Amino acid sequence: MTATYETHEHDVLIIGAGGAGLRAAIEALANGARVGLVCKSLLGKAHTVMAEGGIAAAMGNVDKGDDWRTHFCDTMRGGKFLNNWRMAQLHAQEAPERVRELEQWGALFDRTESGDILQRAFGGHTFKRLCHVGDRTGLELIRTLQDRGVQQGIDVYMECTITRLIKDGDRIAGAFGYWRESGRFVMFKAKAIVIATGGIGKAWKVTSNSWEYTADGMALAYEAGAELLDMEFVQFHPTGMVWPPGVQGLLVTEAVRGEGGILRNRKGERFMEKYDPKRMELSTRDVVARSIYTEVKEGRGTPHGGAFLDISHQPAEYVKKKLPSMYHQFKELADVDITTGPMEVGPTCHYMMGGIRVDAETAQSTVPGLFAAGEAAAGLHGANRLGGNSLSDLLVFGRRAGKAAAEFASRAGATQLDSAQLEAAEREMLAPFEHQGEYPYEIHRDLQETMQSLVGIFRTEEDLQKALHNIEELKPRVERVKIDGSRMFNPGWHLTRDLRSMLLISEAVTRSALARRESRGAHSRIDFPQLDDEWGKKNNVIVSQDGAMALRQNPVRELPEDLKKILAETK
Amino acid sequence: MADAGMDAALEAQSEATLRVFRGADGGGEAVDYRVPIAPGMVVLDALHSIQAHQAPDLAVRWNCKAGKCGSCSAEVNGRPRLTCKTRMDALPLNEPITVSPLKAFPLIKDLVTDVSWNYQVNKKIPAFQPRVGVQWKMDQRDVDRVQEFRKCIECFLCQNVCHVLRDHGKQEVFAGPRFFVRTAGLEMHPLDGLSRTKLLKDELGLGYCNITKCCTEVCPEEIHITDNAIIPLKERVVDEYYDPVMMLVRKIRGA
Repeated sequence: MTATYETHEHDVLIIGAGGAGLRAAIEALANGARVGLVCKSLLGKAHTVMAEGGIAAAMGNVDKGDDWRTHFCDTMRGGKFLNNWRMAQLHAQEAPERVRELEQWGALFDRTESGDILQRAFGGHTFKRLCHVGDRTGLELIRTLQDRGVQQGIDVYMECTITRLIKDGDRIAGAFGYWRESGRFVMFKAKAIVIATGGIGKAWKVTSNSWEYTADGMALAYEAGAELLDMEFVQFHPTGMVWPPGVQGLLVTEAVRGEGGILRNRKGERFMEKYDPKRMELSTRDVVARSIYTEVKEGRGTPHGGAFLDISHQPAEYVKKKLPSMYHQFKELADVDITTGPMEVGPTCHYMMGGIRVDAETAQSTVPGLFAAGEAAAGLHGANRLGGNSLSDLLVFGRRAGKAAAEFASRAGATQLDSAQLEAAEREMLAPFEHQGEYPYEIHRDLQETMQSLVGIFRTEEDLQKALHNIEELKPRVERVKIDGSRMFNPGWHLTRDLRSMLLISEAVTRSALARRESRGAHSRIDFPQLDDEWGKKNNVIVSQDGAMALRQNPVRELPEDLKKILAETK
Repeated sequence: MADAGMDAALEAQSEATLRVFRGADGGGEAVDYRVPIAPGMVVLDALHSIQAHQAPDLAVRWNCKAGKCGSCSAEVNGRPRLTCKTRMDALPLNEPITVSPLKAFPLIKDLVTDVSWNYQVNKKIPAFQPRVGVQWKMDQRDVDRVQEFRKCIECFLCQNVCHVLRDHGKQEVFAGPRFFVRTAGLEMHPLDGLSRTKLLKDELGLGYCNITKCCTEVCPEEIHITDNAIIPLKERVVDEYYDPVMMLVRKIRGA
């Protein structure tokens, strides 16, 4: 049976070609593995390309006082101490080396007067820490990694979507998917798999994410038996565009505030004075997003329901130099010249702190041979991610995942691909052509409405119960989802599968949010507005048990004495 | 009555007709779709509306919808554009808006073309190679020059309009403006120690470019492809291979 599918064999298969996937691929290859890299889009188009502000790394080029300890403390405080401390430590210690390595592979960062990599201020970071290239740092990062990877000889499977992980007993054995172009099925045999598929922004209506961010990797891992961690923590970036409607949610980089941008309400008040007088606009994202939301809700919003963000007090040439894509984005899409007037901005679903539970050192999930890195993995950011900590996350843990996956593969014996699992995967993909239900677009819209209105920035027991109820009602509709046309490059067909992933992981988010009866970081419960010390000792874990979604709590690992001391000293 | 007339007039204004190419490499035809217009709408929004309500299998390639990834290139009213940055209100809405796939690449389906050739060309270009023993210090002014080239989002609009590729089909011997920009970014990197002039001359076919600047005109990142990348590279090739003094030097050295 398996002979009928196009088959590729690798030691390490990497799913996702953003920063984490590419970095993992380069490292696995450097460790002697035969590496395959699968991505839903063309190479170089992943969401990393959208990252604007910079890479956080305590290099101390601008503020000499910075070092990994301060970065570690900032990350832990930003994450409200739910972070996996070991990940936060490794991340802070290794990020500078990962940035230098990028430079040695050809990346060109903005420079200081003395010719070093320039660093800018960002929310929640004590020092000027973000290495950047204007406001297109992500493009520089992905292009550098892409060129490096291709030159080193990674096999890339572009516009190919994985729909199932195949297991051999307890361990990972391969993956099943389809080519977007032809709709033909393809299977991959692999001794280890790294998931680097990003987040789940497309389950919300207002999001900065592109079509690809449909929780595929989290769903694949969950269905293969892996545990998901901290799923209630969804980051709403404070500043997305709010007008015109077609661009609602589009990201306005935090670098605008890093470069001195000021937030005001309709009455001209600099409202961050009320919410965080010390850090003002450079408070953490959860705080700024809630502040804007509250201003709008209490009737002090801008004409299109946001806040004003103003950088026009800076010289026009400086703005164009440091924020070129913001300048063009507003000029071309909203008829606003940001060098002379304010932008209108509001919160947009941006990033998933939760994800696949992994070991800090190796990035291995609870399934042997299955690794995860980047946004698809959880632990580093805790309850709230600091801006700039994502690109460094991709590099630090992408590398660790690639290395550990290659080592795992070198020790692992051959695996068998079970034809029953492959046949089931094929049946699942072909079913929508036989169904009589609805097209996927309507169902997707309804899921987005539910998540947007009921599982947003502020949450209540009642809303979350309602969301769970809506999700139950969406399930039979997704089971009957239909599509027509052929299998050739058919986006509607692709959405039928992506929709299943989004629905599944939306349920995980909602169940975790219901369980956490407190407000912490990005998770704000109107009915439980305070931090609760008991909840501060627990992480929510989601796992599939006898075909049902089960939730349990894991204790937060206690900090070792040396790190406790560092935290106490930097208070 | 007057109100009804007004409503009808408003309604007429708030809709547009998109004439979208539908088909695969066996052939196809343009199909008209009526789409409601919202303020600030871009052509990609209109294509998404068609997918959601009228043609669920319409093939469109896109990712960020923010002008940063370069995936949604197509020809709008005959002009190569990023559909995510092409405002509907900048187009004449009293006549159908034609949307067709990029002409210079083989068609896959509807608006999606096979751009894999570009990825093959890219593999020919040797990566950045730092000079031995460099100090990792750079002046912002030197970096500025190269950062312009690194802005490229690989939308391939420049490749699509270049007549060497579009009209003469020289894909076998000519790399196209995108890869001259990429090579310029490496050649002018302040710390790079490799020369790619032989490659430019012999394999990337730089000589075929007769600097008509079509590429520069369509670049959504406003990279001065011809002036800042192609012409300086041509000068390097000339200096190295056609300069009489250098030719003599090479002869003496036996290179």
